[in-house]
Amino acid sequence: MNFLKWPGVKVSKVGLFSFVSFFLFLALAHLQSAKADTTLDLVKKRGELSCGVSQGLQGFSAPDDKGRWHGIDVDFCRAVAVAVLGDAEAVKIVPLSAKVRFTALQSGEIDLLARNTTWTMHRDTALGIQFVGVNYYDGQGFIVRKDIGVTNARELDGASICVNAGTTTELNVADFFRSNGMDYEISSYEKSEEAVAAYDAGRCDAYTTDQSGLYAQRQRLIDPDAHMVLPDVISKEPLSPVVRQGDDVWADVVRWVHYAMLNAEELGVNAQNVDKLQESINPSIRRLLGVEGAYGESLGLDNKWAARIIRKVGNYGESFDRNLGAGSQLKIERGLNALWSNGGLQFAPPIR
Amino acid sequence: MRSILKWSRENLFATRMNAVMSVLSIWLVYVAIEGVFSWALINASFIGTDKASCAANPHGACWPFVTAKLNQFVYGNYPMGEQWRVNIVFALGAFGLGLLMTKRVSFKKEVAVLMLTVYPVLTFILLSGGFLGLSYVETNQWGGLLVTLVIAVTGIVVSLPLGILLALGRRSELPIIRIMSIGFIEFWRGVPLITVLFMASVMLPLFLPEGMNFDALLRCLIGVSMFASAYMAEVIRGGLQAIPKGQYEAAKSLGLSYWKSMRLIILPQALVVSIPGIVNTFIGLFKDTTLVMIVGIFDLLGIISFHFTDPNWTSPQVPITGFVFAGLVFWVFCFAMSHYSKSVERRFSVTGENK
Repeated sequence: MNFLKWPGVKVSKVGLFSFVSFFLFLALAHLQSAKADTTLDLVKKRGELSCGVSQGLQGFSAPDDKGRWHGIDVDFCRAVAVAVLGDAEAVKIVPLSAKVRFTALQSGEIDLLARNTTWTMHRDTALGIQFVGVNYYDGQGFIVRKDIGVTNARELDGASICVNAGTTTELNVADFFRSNGMDYEISSYEKSEEAVAAYDAGRCDAYTTDQSGLYAQRQRLIDPDAHMVLPDVISKEPLSPVVRQGDDVWADVVRWVHYAMLNAEELGVNAQNVDKLQESINPSIRRLLGVEGAYGESLGLDNKWAARIIRKVGNYGESFDRNLGAGSQLKIERGLNALWSNGGLQFAPPIR
Repeated sequence: MRSILKWSRENLFATRMNAVMSVLSIWLVYVAIEGVFSWALINASFIGTDKASCAANPHGACWPFVTAKLNQFVYGNYPMGEQWRVNIVFALGAFGLGLLMTKRVSFKKEVAVLMLTVYPVLTFILLSGGFLGLSYVETNQWGGLLVTLVIAVTGIVVSLPLGILLALGRRSELPIIRIMSIGFIEFWRGVPLITVLFMASVMLPLFLPEGMNFDALLRCLIGVSMFASAYMAEVIRGGLQAIPKGQYEAAKSLGLSYWKSMRLIILPQALVVSIPGIVNTFIGLFKDTTLVMIVGIFDLLGIISFHFTDPNWTSPQVPITGFVFAGLVFWVFCFAMSHYSKSVERRFSVTGENK
């Protein structure tokens, strides 16, 4: 400790100790105050939501000619932004590869991850992250040529299947065919483009991946209308937005943005009629739109939060339709993603 | 006409074997070119605003994809109203390089100094903004060719001087400097660039306190520069070793100091010897910039493949067209670099053998 013996300067050990501990205290206090800020506070302070999405996935997050992002995941980012900040454009969209997505969330680079991420037990429990609610029920399926006359996956006995090598899809196919006692032949390809091209060239009877991906890949085929996606799903891929673990306030906000969009669809509130329905006598609608009660305030927002989401982004059905469903190029059926009241799985707790 | 006939008789059809080979090669060239030609021009679609315009020509290129997205490919999401700033940077860069390449310009040295000192600062001010009345443009809005060039040029500009210092350090007689240089070089040469980028974007944020982030593009720039410097150092060391010992001794006997002898005697010769290697490294670096795609930055190739997911453009020919376009752009830049290197070699050649 040379600096203690600096000529002409005498530093007592007590003095040094108090000096150092003062800075330690400052640092600790700083850490404390940083910890006390919830993500909600941080986002409000910053005036911008940082939202992680995939690096281009049709229907979930994809660009248009002007580079503007579209997709159901991007819509969800905008919905959270408009609920929290009142501006659907106050979003910084951060495209992330599959490998960096959780790190980006853990390090605070993003506030919310809406990146077609499958909710699994391992991820939920081991990675320090929290899944808030399924915004798309996906599952592995098959696409076949219409003219081979197969209408469901059980009829694929003896078929040759094109898959991407080294993915869980390959395992799922093996499990499915084995457990049903069917014969099959697998051709695996390093990249999905190669697998699709092989299928299109007639080298396999079917191509398999997640159903949303099948609909997207179908458009890459030379004659998309000659192919159909079989209705069967052989694996569960519930896709959910993700937040950091340990910030319940923020998790609540994100979760209820999703629920508000579902409730809006269920109650028939959409972007067109939301302003008119402010005068609705239906108490559920009045609560959703913040005419009655203080549900937004209990979330740490204001009471018009849900009304804003519906006005700017729309309800869940509208977002689905625009990005994935009949109003999009993908034309995916609602299927499992229909509301529970229409035979699907999308169910939101009531606002009351 | 006559001379052509004469030439071909002498060179292409001199013997029977020769004639067979000539016909065969001409046929091969024709087959290859015909395929490319009909794909790129005859069967291709040129006008349109979405994939429907390409459906009519299922076996030809879908050029409307490139024209519709060209702005994206060049600037990424850089705000439309601010793109003049990027244009100025491009224009200044092209102008400076043009001056350096023109033979009759007598003030090349001054231009080079300006390009290496003022130009980078100006580029930073213009592109990033945030002061002087320029609005701030976050780097996550940069993309396409802009990002490719920013990364490549930064890598090139940083790696050359740093590489020279490291090469000299590695041959230094001072043990600490030598060991540090060797350590640096061997460390960066020992890890793949993709690992460096991955560490920078995945691991680094975990070590920083929560909420503190430094720019993703900056992280990549630092990683790429370090990486390129290590390679550059080895290329230049090769040049230094090629200089005969007599040159070092002559410099010493003239009483020149270490720096003076390096600056006046050794480096001018060593650098000229290593020009092919240096340019090789530059070209490699330029192509390596595509790796930043994996850390969420859209360079030229990244933004092109990103736009394949636009639902309005999903048709079988779109990805092929996009990749061909990317390949063409990369080829133009790399070819220009290697061509320029040849002329520099000729100009600086001490022995005159390349003249």
